[in-house]
Amino acid sequence: MKALFKYLLAPLVALLSACSGNPWNNPYPAADAGKNILYSAFAERPKHLDPVQSYSSNEILLTAQIYEPPLQYHYLKRPYMLIPATVAKMPVAQYFGKNGAQLPDDVDATQIAYTIYEISIKPGIRYQPHPAFARNEQGQFLYHDLTAGDLTEVYKLADLPHTGTRELTAEDYVFEIKRLAHPRLHSPILGLMSDYIVGLKEYSATLKAAAEAQDGQQGSDAYLDLNSHPLEGAQVVDAHTYRIKIKGKYPQFMYWLAMPFFAPIPWEAERFYTQKGLAEKNITLDWYPVGTGPYMLTENDPNRVMILDKNPNFHGEAYPSEGMPKDEQAGLLADAGKPMPFIDRVIFSRDKESIPRWNKFLQGYYDASGIGSDSFDQAVQLTGQGEATVTEAMKAQGIRLETEVATSTYYMGFNMLDPVVGGLSKPARKLRQAISIAVDYEEYVSIFANGRGIPAQGPIAPGIFGHRDGREGVNPVVYDWLHDRPQRKPIATAKALLAEAGYPNGMDAKTGAPLVLYFDVTARGADDKSSLDWMRKQFQKLNIQLVVRSTDYNRFQDKIRKGNAQIFEWGWNADYPDPENFLILLSGAERKVDNDGQNSANYDNPEYNRLFERMKNMEDSPERQKIIDHMIDILRHDSPWLWGYHPKDYGLYHAWYGNVKPNKLSNNNIKYYRIDGSLREQKRREWNEPVLWPAVLGLLALVASLVPAIIAYRRREQGTGTRQASPAAQEPGAGNA
Amino acid sequence: MLNYIIRRMLYAIPILIGVNLITFTLFFVVNTPDDMARMQLGIKRVTPEAIEKWKHERGYDKPLMFNDSEEGAAKFTRTIFFEKSAAMFVFDFGRADDGRDIAHEIKARMLPSLAIALPVFLLGLIVYITFALVMAFFRATYVDFWGVVLCVALMSISSLFYIIGGQFLISKLWHLVPISGYGGGLDAGKFLVLPVIIGVISGAGANTRWYRTIFLEEMGKDYVRTARAKGLPESIVLFRHVLRNAMIPILTGAVVVIPLLFLGSLIAESFFGIPGLGSYTIDAINSQDFAVVRAMVFLGSLLYIIGLILTDISYTLVDPRIRLE
Repeated sequence: MKALFKYLLAPLVALLSACSGNPWNNPYPAADAGKNILYSAFAERPKHLDPVQSYSSNEILLTAQIYEPPLQYHYLKRPYMLIPATVAKMPVAQYFGKNGAQLPDDVDATQIAYTIYEISIKPGIRYQPHPAFARNEQGQFLYHDLTAGDLTEVYKLADLPHTGTRELTAEDYVFEIKRLAHPRLHSPILGLMSDYIVGLKEYSATLKAAAEAQDGQQGSDAYLDLNSHPLEGAQVVDAHTYRIKIKGKYPQFMYWLAMPFFAPIPWEAERFYTQKGLAEKNITLDWYPVGTGPYMLTENDPNRVMILDKNPNFHGEAYPSEGMPKDEQAGLLADAGKPMPFIDRVIFSRDKESIPRWNKFLQGYYDASGIGSDSFDQAVQLTGQGEATVTEAMKAQGIRLETEVATSTYYMGFNMLDPVVGGLSKPARKLRQAISIAVDYEEYVSIFANGRGIPAQGPIAPGIFGHRDGREGVNPVVYDWLHDRPQRKPIATAKALLAEAGYPNGMDAKTGAPLVLYFDVTARGADDKSSLDWMRKQFQKLNIQLVVRSTDYNRFQDKIRKGNAQIFEWGWNADYPDPENFLILLSGAERKVDNDGQNSANYDNPEYNRLFERMKNMEDSPERQKIIDHMIDILRHDSPWLWGYHPKDYGLYHAWYGNVKPNKLSNNNIKYYRIDGSLREQKRREWNEPVLWPAVLGLLALVASLVPAIIAYRRREQGTGTRQASPAAQEPGAGNA
Repeated sequence: MLNYIIRRMLYAIPILIGVNLITFTLFFVVNTPDDMARMQLGIKRVTPEAIEKWKHERGYDKPLMFNDSEEGAAKFTRTIFFEKSAAMFVFDFGRADDGRDIAHEIKARMLPSLAIALPVFLLGLIVYITFALVMAFFRATYVDFWGVVLCVALMSISSLFYIIGGQFLISKLWHLVPISGYGGGLDAGKFLVLPVIIGVISGAGANTRWYRTIFLEEMGKDYVRTARAKGLPESIVLFRHVLRNAMIPILTGAVVVIPLLFLGSLIAESFFGIPGLGSYTIDAINSQDFAVVRAMVFLGSLLYIIGLILTDISYTLVDPRIRLE
């Protein structure tokens, strides 16, 4: 048996475990054991890492660690608060009138012709090492005139051995703003920013003409020198100061300054990457970022792994010394004042499927995990007070749960152009109000989101200015305030509203025909059948027949754009923590039909529009809150949406993962995290002891099953020989018998 | 034979055009160029100008198959179909919608796909033939009976179950190999053990039964009876006579899939985190990247045709009675 084990299993074991002591199922090299590395997973490969193009959450997870926009969000403080990132101090908006004279800060927004933000960056910030900066002894760039011959053996950026760096300047920030209008790039915010940054729209046309002129002479991939084309709205004042000029007043612009769209890009990088032959090898700025942030992308194989390493040139930043009252108790201020980042390396492995991701988290090979609906019951339990906590099994592993209400909203919209459910007429409004009461989102969240959400009272998510908690925040159209909590109105109220709308008991009072409504959804699998059935049941409470019109996502979007949907579901993630970012979704100027804006319901109430225009340019103040309250009242009254719910994000973290405070707006969080590598290694070994007996048992079973077969085989073979040798067989005529 | 091969290669051209036409039609029935642009540019804040620009840069602003605004042959050549298809016949696959070079991706991903597919293929062939021979040898005994039962059971289980079950047992419960992942060089070994074992087991039912049927059919032939009548041991009958003669149908099934091994497995690669071509194709379908889907379908069709030609050639090698004319 020992010999069998030795010869059959030992080579397998040797193959599996390259080095002794390392768990056999460890997907990482044994040499990395105990190191200060953060292990994470990604399911979908990022499309863009160029900050001018990148807008997806899976992309910003990487770009936010590499690029440094001028501002950032405070990691610990709530409500969300902007603080300097690379700037010496927070920029202050300066307002100017039509005649160019500076106006006082409290001037009425209508008098402001333009706003200037003068931004001063800290001196001494340097870029990560990168070949674009490498120079020879004569001071000339080493890699700015690469020939086809130079690139023969170059397959990735690291194949260019020399790197350099230089100091960050104000020009780099201006360069990036100009890149928003680059004709060969697709910045998703060009349209929006063209409405605000002075001259950006014209600049886009100028660059387009310049690129077309250049195309004929140097080809379509040639370097377009943005520095030779000035932009009025973004100008360099001195080496460390630049100025952005905004049309009118746009206070939300400050939030944009915390996004990678406004991070610096050195012209050398653009010049380097536009050389012929590099794009063919996937060596582009979209693939290999160049930043000043705490980390730099050192390996980019988005099919398998993406690795961030500590940027040796990072200017340094101290961990925050202030937070919320509970933060100290939670140990979140233990590192106050210490230099960041704490983690040396971040390894993002690609795991497309949730099952392997979840299991690897449980084995300690990922440091954190989200919770899928499949694993929810395994991970989370509710206490008697209805509070979510980890199960005993998770607790035994030292896993903890962190929750945070997302700055998002999932809603059900009515197409306000629809002749049945749309419009501001009294019957249509009452119909929508009746449905708002009937669709029980408390039940929906409980059944389909495992309780991970808060039924919404309006469009603004919690944590954002304008959102009100408690009694004053309750939607009186749908809820009554009873026993210190909102109570959904009884279905009889909804039925009464339906009757007032002209559909007593769900029948058209004029024609007697049953009321049939259409719910447009994207094509769904069998898993979603239950939620659609549930939705039908909600409408059935009012005797309304709900017909589900399922289609693929493209057709669904097309229906919304053309205003052909009747009732639909949609969601919104906030770009920044300002009520304007939510209330714009119902602004008449943003109607999807005609204006191709963000207002998918095509809601258009003149009073709401007027208030929105007033509110959007205001600083947070009691007056602004009052206007928002009024706007919310209008919305609740008109009910263009069923307000749905604000999702709650649940995250699981291992015991060795420290300094975690979920922050839904700040994305550059990795620099704050801390990992205890030795504890992780100890736990990994403990949890992943190889279990050999099933393999041994399997081999024994195989051998046992083969024994009778071998005996039978030998008997048969011997039988053949016996027959061959038998005298009877050799007798004449015996073969014919 | 050379004439035959050239003729078959020429037949391949209309087949590839047909496949390309079907792919093109099916793809654009579901996705318009506007949909593709929106998918790439994102949902938030996409302007009609940005969509038009995206389409123009990639040549998707032309008519699909017939350009009424052009003259003569340009009515057909200045179309999305012609411009996107013609280049593929010289293996210029162009760029994916995210701007990355498709040929570069295919080259990089072919090896991981092969790293699973080739061992599964070779090991599978050995295991299936061995088991089929054992069952044929012990025909009409309990070994054969329970072997067939086991094969039917194995056939009836979804391949996804094998993957999830295998990951659960071998990786999660017994901690013997990593659940998923991929490494270069020798490091790849520990990641490949599980997908290869699962790949072999998941194909065992159908293939073993099929090979068993082939062997049994062969064993019923006159020459086998003659061999037995001569008193040859059953092992000699099986391995020297039956196996050799059963090679033609086995080759039919085996050789045709050899070129397709490069394309990898759609499901297994996703579950095991193998960065191969199967995973690439799934990603492209999900992201509505027509350039990649088209390239992969073209490559798949071409490799299938090559597989069929190789099968024909292999006939002549194992059966001297067959001539390719």
